[in-house]
Amino acid sequence: MRKDELETPYQIMDPAGKMLGAMPEGLTNQKLLEWYRLMWEIRYYSNKTVALQRQGRSTTWGPLNGQEATAIGMGAVLQPQDWMVGSYRDAGAYMAKGYPMKALFYYTRGFSIAPELVGQDKRCLPYQIVLATQTLHGVGIAMASRIKKENAVTMIGVGDGASSEGDFNEALNFAGVFKAPAVIVLVNNGWAISTPRSHQSAAKYLMHRAVGFGMPGMLVDGNDVLACYSVMKEAVERARHGEGPTLIEAVTYRHGAHTTADDPTRYRDPKEVEYWMQRDPTLRLKNYLVEQGVWDEEKDRQIREEVESYVNEQADIAYNHPTPGPDGMFTNTYEKLTPRMLKQREELRRELNLEAEVK
Amino acid sequence: MTLTATKLTIIEALNQALATEMERDQRIVLLGEDIGKNGGVFRVTDGLQARFGEDRVFDTPLAESGIIGTSIGLAVNGLRPIAEIQFAGFMFVAMNQIVSQAARIRTRSAGMYHCPLVIRAPYGGGIRTPEMHADSLEGVFLQTPGLKVVLPSSPYDAKGLLISAIEDPDPVIFLENIKLYRSFKQEVPPERYTIPLGQAATLQEGSDITIITYGAMVPVSQQAAHKVQEETGASIEIIDLRTIWPMDEEAIIKSVTKTGRAIVVHEAPRAGGVNSEVVSIINDNCLYSLLKPVARVTGYDTPFPSPGLEDSYIPTVSRVVKALRQTLED
Ligand SMILES: Cc1ncc(C[n+]2csc(CCOP(=O)(O)OP(=O)(O)O)c2C)c(N)n1
Ligand SMILES: [Mg+2]
Repeated sequence: MRKDELETPYQIMDPAGKMLGAMPEGLTNQKLLEWYRLMWEIRYYSNKTVALQRQGRSTTWGPLNGQEATAIGMGAVLQPQDWMVGSYRDAGAYMAKGYPMKALFYYTRGFSIAPELVGQDKRCLPYQIVLATQTLHGVGIAMASRIKKENAVTMIGVGDGASSEGDFNEALNFAGVFKAPAVIVLVNNGWAISTPRSHQSAAKYLMHRAVGFGMPGMLVDGNDVLACYSVMKEAVERARHGEGPTLIEAVTYRHGAHTTADDPTRYRDPKEVEYWMQRDPTLRLKNYLVEQGVWDEEKDRQIREEVESYVNEQADIAYNHPTPGPDGMFTNTYEKLTPRMLKQREELRRELNLEAEVK
Repeated sequence: MTLTATKLTIIEALNQALATEMERDQRIVLLGEDIGKNGGVFRVTDGLQARFGEDRVFDTPLAESGIIGTSIGLAVNGLRPIAEIQFAGFMFVAMNQIVSQAARIRTRSAGMYHCPLVIRAPYGGGIRTPEMHADSLEGVFLQTPGLKVVLPSSPYDAKGLLISAIEDPDPVIFLENIKLYRSFKQEVPPERYTIPLGQAATLQEGSDITIITYGAMVPVSQQAAHKVQEETGASIEIIDLRTIWPMDEEAIIKSVTKTGRAIVVHEAPRAGGVNSEVVSIINDNCLYSLLKPVARVTGYDTPFPSPGLEDSYIPTVSRVVKALRQTLED
């Protein structure tokens, strides 16, 4: 089926959890239960970071509640040799690819990543802040995979707002021209801080841009984990078989504020939030699992408790992990520090010692 | 009716300046990300869209190159755009439009066209913002002939300088320090006034040493000066450059010729920065008055660090005190 011809986002499961189409191949109830748990891991990770920020421990941070199904689709369709290059709100996709939660938690403390918490390279580029910039990096990574004849696909995440940046459009163009084995998931959560999706582009759907760049565009219900998986899987397979890139627009919603520094009541209608809360991706999968007879309220309560304590543990590990010393900004600027920097670092160390003595 | 001055933060003073000017000059339009309904992420444009309408205050798609590129067109075609870049670090995305275009329209067209554009952007560290939200870019713009670069340190100056920037016929980069935004209030006259671009302010007069600084390092320098004055009785002069291009050479030369000692303080990295230009001006004009080498207290030559490390990057009162003491020694 060509989803680019659809006028409404592709769904397999309706918001009540009722099946509208066939279960994607290879998915079992067991797998769906795993994903259900993962959804709560992502959500509690998000909630926990907000709580840590309120205590002054995490830096400004953007919650990702509501986007769990899209995130799981993005991560679950990948193999270990594949790459993930996402935005700051794609932390859930990183987790779904196997990036350790504790490493993500550590990042929220306001330091560069701690490689020892990541462990073996997960092929996840640390997310960065300058909108859409990572889309070009992702396409470059994919081009390299093709040139090196590696069987690796790159999953690229980008927001609806970021799709207006030049870099995003250049990335699509390069991906098309060089047949990059890449899947670009445009996570349309309706808002870019206070700017609604309608203000980013006069096009009805952002994925329509795919046509202009010579690649298929797909539209998917980003709160339907089955649809996300199915569409993204198809795109990853195309990429893996040398058929080039795909643009997927996943329509979802940001439940919370843009970041801990944002007040969405200034610009968002509470009715809209209410509408989307009823389309919560966790609710949908839960309804399905209950319908299947493999889930109930008691199990639900239990798993959420379990996940919550797991998330707390991961946060504890990250928040007790040693951080770089106050002269850490010099490390990793270059492989070898310049003479000037060595001098400046000495100067800083002397000053820090002086201040310690004074105290 | 007499208007009375009220105490305002820098944010409120800027908001007042924008409103005053938009009222007077119908050509002024404001554009940027989240500046309409949301009033900008720091609320500098709060209420302006409601007051002046969506044709004059509008949110753009997220595209900095687009914002500056179209602002150039707006300016060339007779409007007075004031573009907001949400954080100065994102000006890098628009660098071609700022440096290779806005700054060169007048030269390229032999004066037939010009670009009366103001680009406002918050900058500077100290409040634990994520990557690229804290960088100080003025050194980059100092290296860009064709631009004027303004960095106010107080609410009073912010208003007067912004109005001058808006009036200016050439592109002006107006950098607003995030830490200072709400850190204190000051009496700001409600009526319109201007402060000329390119004129430094002598914040306190002194005869033994000159501190040359601007932006968020003004209060840091003031505290350090206070401490050293108490300690040693030294008489310290403080110059707030306010505009780093054009730079007020006269103010620097006059002061350093008098005191014979100077330190330069800014948050931006050291190499090739504003400090280097100030030291060169001193070198060219008052070398024989100098009693000691000019000391420099700046950010280090590293990328602006992660928020967890910024406290040891940003110059502190004690680093400035140390530089003052050393430079005051015989
Ligand atoms: C180049 C650039 N411009 C502006 C910003 C400030 N900013 C951070 S997030 C954001 C909104 C992004 O919206 P969207 O792409 O839809 O992603 P979402 O936050 O909704 O996940 C803005 C304007 C930035 N980080 N980078
Ligand atoms: Mg968005």
